[in-house]
Formats: sequence, C-alpha cells, structure tokens
Amino acid sequence: MSAKTRVNDFVIKLANVNGTGSASSNGLLMKSIFRMGIPVVGKNFFPSNIQGLPTWYEIRVTKDGYTCRTGTTDLMVAMNAETYSADLAELRPGGVLLYDSTWPRKDLQERGDVTVLGIPLSGMCNEAFESARAKVLMKNVAYVGALVALLDIEMDVVENLLNETFSAKPHLMDANMQAIRMGYDYAIQNFSCPLDMRLQRMDKTDGYVMVDGNTTAGLGSVYAGATVVSWYPITPSTSLIDSYSIFCKQLRVEEDKSGNKINNYCVIQAEDELAAIGMVLGANWNGARAFTSTSGPGISLMSEFLGLAYYAEIPAVIFDVQRVGPSTGMPTRTQQCDITSAAYASHGDTRHVLLFPSDPTECFEMALNAFDLAERLQAPVIVLSDLDIGMNDWMIPEIQWDESYQPDRGKVYDADTLKDMEKFYRYLDVDGDAIPWRTLPGVDAKGAYFVRGSGHNRYGGYTEKSDEYKDVLDRLRRKSDTAATLVPRPVFEPGVDVGAEKGWAVLSIGSCHGAIVEARDRLAGEKISFDYMRVKGFPFHQSVSEFIEKYDRVFVVEQNRDAQLRQLLVNEFDINPAQLVPLLSYDGMPVGSDFIVEAIKAELQLQGAATAG
Amino acid sequence: MSFIAKPKITHPGLPRNSIGLTLRDYEGSMSTLCAGCGHDSVSSAIMQAYFELSIEPHRVAKVSGIGCSSKTPTYFLGGAHGFNSVHGRMPSIATGANAANRELQYIGVSGDGDSLSIGLGQFSHAIRRNVNMMYVLENNGVYGLTKGQFSASADKGSKAKKGEANSYSPIDPVLLAMSLGCTFVGRSFSGDKDNLVPLLKSAISHSGFALIDVISPCVTFNDHEGSTKSYAHTREHMLETVYADYVGEHEEIIAQVKPGEYRQVMMHDGSRVGLRHIDENYDPTDRIAAISYIEKHRAEGAVVTGLLYVEEGSEEMHTTLGSAPGAMSEIPYEKLNPGAEALKRIQGRWR
Repeated sequence: MSAKTRVNDFVIKLANVNGTGSASSNGLLMKSIFRMGIPVVGKNFFPSNIQGLPTWYEIRVTKDGYTCRTGTTDLMVAMNAETYSADLAELRPGGVLLYDSTWPRKDLQERGDVTVLGIPLSGMCNEAFESARAKVLMKNVAYVGALVALLDIEMDVVENLLNETFSAKPHLMDANMQAIRMGYDYAIQNFSCPLDMRLQRMDKTDGYVMVDGNTTAGLGSVYAGATVVSWYPITPSTSLIDSYSIFCKQLRVEEDKSGNKINNYCVIQAEDELAAIGMVLGANWNGARAFTSTSGPGISLMSEFLGLAYYAEIPAVIFDVQRVGPSTGMPTRTQQCDITSAAYASHGDTRHVLLFPSDPTECFEMALNAFDLAERLQAPVIVLSDLDIGMNDWMIPEIQWDESYQPDRGKVYDADTLKDMEKFYRYLDVDGDAIPWRTLPGVDAKGAYFVRGSGHNRYGGYTEKSDEYKDVLDRLRRKSDTAATLVPRPVFEPGVDVGAEKGWAVLSIGSCHGAIVEARDRLAGEKISFDYMRVKGFPFHQSVSEFIEKYDRVFVVEQNRDAQLRQLLVNEFDINPAQLVPLLSYDGMPVGSDFIVEAIKAELQLQGAATAG
Repeated sequence: MSFIAKPKITHPGLPRNSIGLTLRDYEGSMSTLCAGCGHDSVSSAIMQAYFELSIEPHRVAKVSGIGCSSKTPTYFLGGAHGFNSVHGRMPSIATGANAANRELQYIGVSGDGDSLSIGLGQFSHAIRRNVNMMYVLENNGVYGLTKGQFSASADKGSKAKKGEANSYSPIDPVLLAMSLGCTFVGRSFSGDKDNLVPLLKSAISHSGFALIDVISPCVTFNDHEGSTKSYAHTREHMLETVYADYVGEHEEIIAQVKPGEYRQVMMHDGSRVGLRHIDENYDPTDRIAAISYIEKHRAEGAVVTGLLYVEEGSEEMHTTLGSAPGAMSEIPYEKLNPGAEALKRIQGRWR
C-alpha cells in the first residue's frame, strides 16, 4: 500500500436524477459495505419532487464509527449531467470522479487535480437490456458493479444482498447481477483496481443495524401500546406513520372465532392537521394511547388544540419531524427550527413537554418515554426529531427490549375507586405534585366531568372568578416544574483533560450530537478539549443551568438561524445571555464535524484576541 | 335562563324507565342561555330521548365545539363525560373518542356557526367516515355569543335585528350532508318536541353518522319580523314530510296509518323506526329523489322536516377500518406488546 492509501475512511457521493431507481442501487452499495463489517453513514439529499430533479446520496465509510457528515467528498459518482459541473467542483483535490462516458462532458477538463474515470454505462445498458425502464434502472446497478471493482467490495456480499431482495423474482436477480458484472468487468479491464481509496473487511458492525429514526419511532409507538393514530401526510414525517401501520399489520392483527381478521389498532388519515390533533385528543381523553406525526407547518395548525390540551390536561403524543422553515421552506431539508414554536405552542401561557432524540435509538426509547410522560403529566408531549434523524440511514446498536416494561398510565381512578369516593373533583392537587387525577368516560357517572378550554376551577367547574382561574394556572406552572424532574436527564460528557483551559464548554441538542462527538475527537488531536452537555428534554432539568454556571462561556450548537435552544435557555433560567455563544448551522444540510471544529476554533481565536487585546 | 337551580329531590311518584332512572337523572347543570332559547328545548328533548331509551347516562359521551349550542352539553346528562372543544372541531374529538372506544354512545352538539364555517371541513369528513354518532346541529342562522352577526346558514335576504339584509346564499346542512352520503339525515324544530324526540331516538339507534338539523330560534338576535329563522317564520313554513315513530326492539307497533303510507326501517340495535309518510310522494330511502324534493321545497321557502333520509345497513367507521370489537382503550398491554422475539426478528431485516 502506498502512503496515499485510504482504507475504510472516505466519503462517496452519488449524484442522480430523481425517479431513476437510484435509491435501491445506493442502498445496495451502502449495505454491502455495512455487511463487510465496516461502519457507514447514509445521507439522502433529495428534492421536493417525484421525478426529474437532482438528488444525491452520500455514503460515509467510517472505520471509527462516526455518525455524522464530514463536509468533504472523496469519490463522486456523477450520473446527472445537469449537476455535473457542480459535482465536479465539490470533489476534494486528489479525489476520484466516476461518470457515464456515453455522452462526452465538455467541462470534463476543468480540474487537473482529480482523477476522472469514464464508463459508458448508458451505452452498455442500452445494448444489454430490452425495456426502456431496465435501460434506465440498470445503469445505476452497473455503477455499483464498477465500484465493487474500484473499492474492493466483496462480490459475494453483493450477490447475497441481491438474492435476498429478489428471492421472489428470480428474473430480476439475473438482470441485476448482469448489470453488476458489466460494470465490474469494465472497471477491471480499463482501470487499475482497486483504487488507493478502498475497503477492507472489519468486524465493527456486529450487533448493529441500519435504520432511520421514523421507522424506530413508529415501532416504538407499537411497543408503547399506542392504539389510535390520526395523521395528515407531510414530508418528512409520513414514513413514521407508514412504519407504525406496517408493523401493526404484521404484529397487531388477529383472527376472531370466525376467521375474520381484526385489527388491534386504528389508523385514520385525517383531512388536515387540525383534525389529526383533534382525534388524538379525543382518543386520549377516552383512554387510548393515541398519537400523531407531523412537521413544522402541522405544529402551526395544531397549536390551538395544543393549548386546549395543556389547559384541560389531556395527554397526547406528537412527533414533530422538523424540516426547513419558515412557511413551506425547503420541505426535504433538515433543521432544528421548531424548538421555540413547539415549546410555547398556542396562545396564552403555555409550556409544553419536549423530548429531543439524537438518533434512531433514542427515537424508539423516547416514543415510550413520550407516552408514559403524556399520561403521567396529563399533557401533550412533543418529540422533536428532524429530517436527518427521521429519514437518513443510521448505524445503531440493535435495540434491546426490556420485557419488564409496563406502560405508566398515570393517575386514573378506576370504577372501584370511584364507587368508594364521596365525590370526584377533576383538577384537585391531591398528591402535592401538581398532577390531578382523571377519570375516563363510560366508567362511572361519579367520575363525569366536563372538559373545557374556558376558565375552570380546581373542582372542574366553569369559572370567571379571578382567584379560581389563577389557582389552576399557578398549579399548571408547578406541574411544569414536576415535568422537569421527569423528562430524560441531560447527558454530561467531561472532556479528556489534555491540559486545556476549562473556561468553556459545549451545549447541544438532538441530531447535532454525532458531529460534536467527532469534532471533540478531532479537536483533542489539537490539544483542545471541552466538557459537553446534551439536553434531552424540556422543561429543562436543573442540572442544565448548573452546567452553564460552571463556565465563562458555553457554545450552544444547534441547527437554526435564531439560536432557538439558546433563546429557550435564556428565557427559562436566570443566566447571563452573554455566557451563551451561539454556533449555528442552518443551511438545510445535516451539520458536519467540519463546521463544529471550525466554528469552535474561530470562537477560541476571537476570545484569545480579545484577551490579548 | 332559570336563576334558581331546582333542588335535587326525586319524587317517589316520578315515572321510571326500564333501568330504574327518572327523567331527573338525565338532567345536567343549570342553563345559562337566554330565557326562551330554542337550545334549551333541544336539551330537554335530548334528556327525554335518552331517558325513554333507558341508556345509562355514563355510557354517553357528549362533545361540542364553541358557541351557544356548544355550551348546552353541560345542561343535560350530568352523569356523562363531556368535552367542550375548540371552534368547529368537535367532529375530530368525536372521531378520535369513538376510535378509542366504540362501545359508548356519542352525541355531538354544534351550531350553524360552529359547523358551517370553520367546522365545515370536519363536519363533512366525519360524515364521509360515517363515524357512529348523533350530530345535533342547533341552527339559528346567527352568531349569538358575539351578538348577532349572520351565520353561513342565514337565508339570502333574511333580515338582521337592525334591518340589514343578508347578501349571501345559505349553506343547508341537510342538503350538504345528503350530497356527502350521510347515512341518516333528519330535520326538526326546537318548538316541536313531538317530532324531535322520536327523531333523536331513531338517530341514537342508527349505526353511523346521524345528523339532525334543528331549527332553534335565537330569541335575542334572530326572532324578529324579516328573519327566516324565527319561531313565527319556522312554524309557518315548516313542512313535516316524514314522521319517525321509534319502536323499541320488543314493542308493538301501534301507529294508526293508511296502508302505503307506512314503512319500517330496521336499526342496527334491533329496534325499528316506523316512517309515516305525510307526503306520500316522499321516499326517505331514495337519496336522489329526497334531495330534489328538499331542494324544490326550499326554493319555495318551505322547511322540510322529519326523518329525511336513512340508509339501512350502513357501514360505520370501525367496520370499514376492520377494528377489533370492543374498546381499543381496553385491550390489555400484553396483547399490544409484540415482545423481544419480534423485535429481534424485525431488526434482522435491518442488516
């Protein structure tokens, strides 16, 4: 191996046209690498379109098992003539570009510092395949074949994966294998294979799976015992409901005595988000675990009902898979831009419980947390995932199921208790934790009460009396304090002490985590180390402010323009805003480690200059 | 409104229904609506209907939106849970509640302001899904709580209290519902309890979405000369077309009618509704003909009332969804949790 050799540590980017079947080819490539025991990260950059617009898939091969992007591209597969120039320009010096040489590209020679490999993919496929569709699809499979040769991917692994995919359709298996061979043979005959950048089998993916967060959130909701779902289609949250529905079809259908299939779940596609949240409230009020999934525009529409749920104290679970705003924004790009709108959604004094998953593992865990907390606190719980977590392919340790798990259904008086009670009052703080007891419709007339968004007193009666109104509102504030003690605790990770000054630290949230982990390792190489806290829930736990108070400065890393996490911290805690330095990435791409390394170094330089000056 | 709450004393001589309850057990708290409000008469008809059907109050769930009519669920069935939601969105609360527990009786109370403006979408979609509920639309053509603006059901040319005429065409909830395929449609008048009570009982027995549009005059803002939703105007223009005789499962049919003017409809719960055709040309199971009949009379200024359409064997939401019998909310967790083995199997496909 030469000094230039890079094994198991590079980024492949595949530039395609939407609707040409590239997703399955790119998936095949990523899974082949994963099955060779080498950790990978898969990120899909797709347009808000069904067919014809440019789309990219990025596979990061990462022997160290990082979960974020770096920000650079080492190998570009440029299949889209329209974006060819930009794709070529994006490649790092010394990188490799693979393109379809059936049609010459006139700007091919613009860069002398990269290796350009042309393969007549369309030409070969036009000759080899009959149908127009196959000609288009198979050229994508053929470039996978070329990469098998160029990167030294094990052919057996690829063949096995194709066999599994097409076990029911052998003729498709043959066509796919033929295309793989075609690309492979061409590369072997025309290029020096493998490249300096190549793969070598490892054993670092045992016990791991590749999955996206919407799939695990949907599955987590099945395991949480959710039975009613109402939703309205919106990117990027739709696949979360698809996941719940598909798993329910597999796991929640039984046969009755006459052999008819009966569903132990109920999925209703609503007419809009206003209705979706209404159905969720109706179902939760009536004792079922019910949820919805949406994105920013849906949260805007649901806000009025969220205020009612807060005030009338009705459990509800809402997954908000965040996308770029404002307004329609860029619906297929990622951001963490609903933090403030979710925290205080609706008019009047409201404060909602939020959970911040950082990867698909936490999407599963927090689905369970969310239902438990919603029923325990009798309040809406919003899980703030994002497009990066929800729709991209993450390598996570296999999820283990804790058989001892039992849902926390919260404080609900059953029929027997009601029968023995003299009188039931809905909003009394019986236990001193500011959480009242509730009853379910249909159980006992003694438990009957009237849910209302209008003024009510601690007994559940209508009121317009100032002191009675204030009494309930103040208890709700105290309930928020109880919530802060019940949401998942923040995670604190002390820096490796390499002799650096400990005057600063990093605080972050959700999907920034992967990039911060890698940035921390990279900065450690430069003798820069830092303490790091990641918040997992809102209302914030007291340890968040204690953390902030320990440092002169805390860099708050998040993915939105207005530093929404920082706003929330400043708003909720009695801290000096100058202590919190925003580091913001909000271009719609998942934040990479390059950004964080550079941003921290720039801030430290500024600080150093200030101190020196 | 009555200013003095009636003492809760049950006279031993009060009639009891088959589950031993008196009408007073179906009352709610004191009404805060204006004295003479049509809605209070509707509330009392609702109490009468549930009482006569011997339904336990706590097996009923009451839902409503925002407006005068939406306040009324507090005034009846005090033993039932109620949910006063946000403007126009009671249908979604009812749909979700019904999804969670199909075994309760659902009554939604709404008004023309609540159902026919912001609520038009949810109203329509609850009909499309054929949610098993009774939907009582207390229709007075006016926004009462905000003091007298026209609602979407106000007739063109109908006059406001200060004389201003309404310039827009009305939305007729009955015709709208019928065009959407609503499986039970009735219209009545708050001042006609004889018609309203059996209609309510029939609607409660229907499996699917049952709409009852009740013309319920607003005594404060829309009961004057020139209004087409006043007591006087409604009495004068009401055209009773089909009278619903509700007949319980084991009761004898005693209606005295001419042959050819009477037919029976089997309800899902085994009860029957006898339909007395006052106009012998009207067939309440022929949707297309019924729509043109109502439309024709509307053009002439008549308000057609009665059980206007019913679809026998209607398939309610849960049947369409293939839901398990019984309440979703009562399925034990052990049955909902797929367990560790299944989780392992699923993740095997993620490699």
